Amino acid sequence: MLEMKLVSKRCGVIDPLSIKDYIDNGGYKALAKALADGKEKTISEIQASKVRGRGGAGFPLAIKISSVAKEIADVKYLVCNADEGEPGNFKDRYLMENDPHGMIEGMVIDAYLTGATKGYIYIRGEYQKAQKIVETALEAAKNANYLGKNICGAGFDFDLEIRSGAGSYVCGEEFALLESIEGKPGRSRVKPPFPTQKGLFGKPTQINNVETFATIPVIILMGGSEYQKIGTPTSTGTKLVSLCGNVRNKGVYEIPFGLSLREVIDKLGGGVDGGHKIRMVQLGGASGPIIPESMIDLSIDFDHFDVFSAKAGSGALIVIDERADMFEILQRIMEFFVHESCGKCTPCREGNLQLLKIINRFVEGKGRKSDLETLSILTNVMKNTSLCGLGQASPTAIISTMRYFPDEYEKRLAKDEM
Amino acid sequence: MINLKINNIEVSVPEGTTILEASRANGINIPTLCNYPDLGIKAECRVCVVEIEGRRGLSTSCSTICEDGMVVKTNTPDVITARRTITQLLLADHDVDCPSCPKNLNCELQELANRLNIVDNPFDHVEFPQPVDEDNPSIIRNPNRCIKCGRCIEVCREVQGIDVLEYMGRGVSEAITPAFGRKLNDLFCTYCGQCTSVCPVGAIVEKDDTDLVFQAINDPSKHVIVQTAPAIRVSLGEENGMNAGTVVTGKLVSALRALGFDEVFDTDFTADLTIIEEGNELIQRITTGGVLPMMTSCCPGWINFAEQEFPEILPNISSCKSPQQMFGALAKSYYAEKIGVNPKDLFVVSIMPCTAKKYECKREEMQVNKGIQDVDVVLTTRELGKMIRQVGIDFENLKESEFDAPFGITTGAAAIFGATGGVMEAAVRTVYEVVNKEELKSLDFKGLRGLDGIKEATVTLGGQEVKVAVCHTLSKARILAEQVKNGTSPYAFIEVMACPGGCIGGGGQPYGTVNKIRSKRIDATYNVDKDMPIRKSHENPAIKSIYENYLEKPLGHKSHHLLHTTYTSRNKN
Repeated sequence: MLEMKLVSKRCGVIDPLSIKDYIDNGGYKALAKALADGKEKTISEIQASKVRGRGGAGFPLAIKISSVAKEIADVKYLVCNADEGEPGNFKDRYLMENDPHGMIEGMVIDAYLTGATKGYIYIRGEYQKAQKIVETALEAAKNANYLGKNICGAGFDFDLEIRSGAGSYVCGEEFALLESIEGKPGRSRVKPPFPTQKGLFGKPTQINNVETFATIPVIILMGGSEYQKIGTPTSTGTKLVSLCGNVRNKGVYEIPFGLSLREVIDKLGGGVDGGHKIRMVQLGGASGPIIPESMIDLSIDFDHFDVFSAKAGSGALIVIDERADMFEILQRIMEFFVHESCGKCTPCREGNLQLLKIINRFVEGKGRKSDLETLSILTNVMKNTSLCGLGQASPTAIISTMRYFPDEYEKRLAKDEM
Repeated sequence: MINLKINNIEVSVPEGTTILEASRANGINIPTLCNYPDLGIKAECRVCVVEIEGRRGLSTSCSTICEDGMVVKTNTPDVITARRTITQLLLADHDVDCPSCPKNLNCELQELANRLNIVDNPFDHVEFPQPVDEDNPSIIRNPNRCIKCGRCIEVCREVQGIDVLEYMGRGVSEAITPAFGRKLNDLFCTYCGQCTSVCPVGAIVEKDDTDLVFQAINDPSKHVIVQTAPAIRVSLGEENGMNAGTVVTGKLVSALRALGFDEVFDTDFTADLTIIEEGNELIQRITTGGVLPMMTSCCPGWINFAEQEFPEILPNISSCKSPQQMFGALAKSYYAEKIGVNPKDLFVVSIMPCTAKKYECKREEMQVNKGIQDVDVVLTTRELGKMIRQVGIDFENLKESEFDAPFGITTGAAAIFGATGGVMEAAVRTVYEVVNKEELKSLDFKGLRGLDGIKEATVTLGGQEVKVAVCHTLSKARILAEQVKNGTSPYAFIEVMACPGGCIGGGGQPYGTVNKIRSKRIDATYNVDKDMPIRKSHENPAIKSIYENYLEKPLGHKSHHLLHTTYTSRNKN
């Protein structure tokens, strides 16, 4: 089997609205174990698992937990980033809609470890169904004393609340998300300080995404040393991928790190529909690189994705066959980022629009020779100088296509420019 | 100390120093745009980026704190390309109407483009036209020139606590605007003009009234007189390339004469008059159980603030008009009668450090003759600078000359009106001697001077200890106003100035006003005071004479008619 269902093992099996179903299928056992083992041992299990954050950057989870745990403050916060706005990505939605308690249990354990007393789940505004399911799950968890005062008699308090996004992509960026919870416009902040030092309302805050929190119970029940045997030495465990685009079996798959892209597309995805050929794949979503078919034997893990400035954590794989026009794809991507840039820093606010203006010319076959140089300079400046991940990553698709498909750009120059 | 290398130079700086500060301290001048001294770090424009060894991408030097062993490069090809590209991006989304922009040659974006040797722009112009807000007498907002640096938002929110400006929208359609895209005069804007003072480009500027003044000067049917506020003489030099803190009183008078004004007068005269009226008002309030604390009324930004946000405390505000409006009232009554000119043909111009004065002179209460403004036009220090340059006056080399009579004889007490604490100090000098009938041993109240936000002192009046307070910036004014409103104010008398540092830091003062420069202007102000032969308002012979010949007595019938005013709740909620 290529798939390896650990985090998603209950998805489609249990009734997500029933906490009883969750408990009958091994739910909240990890919490009991963590409470029995104590903080130190539990953190060392997570450390031994070598698990990295499943949001984007792949920051080691144990380090984050430990740094929040050692902060001294009157209140610490735990924030779950469920603002999955990256086009092509839908694995957190899948988890929330099918097994909300997995995420909640992970957060309760985390709160126990860090001393956080209050948590927020920031759910993407469009995820109305997920919001309702998580709301029901929170209610049930409160009634069963998995949330609230003196949880399971272990002498610690933790409350969780849902905050709904309002449709802004940049609110998936951790600082913009915190600003949004605080009731301010979603705009990133200057760092340092990092959230673990000064996060939500200026207090120490741990922020991770749904899949990361949902992985915590898995690790605790399996044991860190067993968990780290899965995957590759630097990308341990399993990963949920959102497979979409011109592929036959679109959907969420949980796989061990280290499978090749080709295996996932061909064997899990059933290849490209209609007998067409794969031309390119975009890794990680709209902000990720587009690589040619010739490179898709690539292993899915943090190290190999990093080479392409891709974020393995986000797990979106968008398959594009030979019918698509590359520039129309780039145009859609840039229209998206023009719309979603918060406007706070110059390179992102102004740069995305200028990139779009240039790409528009290539869509019409009116590219200028000087555009090629401008694109290469501007994309590089945006990547190097933008305040947050949005502007740093939005030019990635252009950078990668210029590298792997230079002929396409040449072909779309205006006739008198060739 | 932290040791690091910047451009191969070994640098040692105190902990907490930013790379920008460390570089500047070592002769490396990194360009900036959103950064402004005395305001917070925003790191939004990204112009000040540098390369730090071992870090991915480039880092903003304004927000990055120096660390031991850091290796910083401020001029690598990547850095230069980034700065140029970012500036070109800004220029593409900016109305590059430089020759017809009021900030031409005074624009930080223009200067940056020039410095980075930008001679072309690969980027298409961004078309996103927005309406210009010129619906108030003081400030024009042209969003088409805005580069979204956020300085105006910050000064309005953090320094003034008024908070009428905010980012709206996002991405390229992001704009800085009053809430919900309304106009400044729909909101609680006090027209203090601090936003015009910090805007790096021509997006928020004072309303330019220089042409009105030239027209009047050139109109043979008009008798045109001018008054200059106490704070102008310590700041106008900067408009003309001189060092901050240079006292240019004599040159100022000569320049105004050269511009063609018929008579050149000093607002200091009516500042002295203010002290007499306001001092007597205070004594009257204390002795007759009137409303206390009394709060000063010289500052129109403060008056707008109080009328809009604290209507409950209007009875606490002195009924005295501001010195500018006392001057206007006397000009269009006493002076017009004296020289036999119909007030209609008398044109009164004020040179003020202030944009809110432009609003004040248009208030209906400020018309001694119904339908005729007492003060016709208010120009800021910056506008006067423009007029001086326009007609080609070599300011620095001007001979000095004296103000005209009868509004030219003034005191040190009036001179210090321009600095925070000055009105209070001037008032105390007079009230103390009038009430206690004994001479003050020292005229210098050092505790009331300087840039601390709220200053206090205790004065003995008629054997009674009286507490007084001085504040500047509207955020500090709000604190004292809240106390007054709640009945918890421990003071008898409070001086309020809306702008940081008082009028010397007014919204109409030369660009680049930062605390260092404010301090220099303040020092210059007290030097003017020290050098004056008379330093107490009640000893001004010209003041004594105008009471004898015209006004009769302080708080008398004529004073009441000409020199006092009323306030109205203008709550816009």
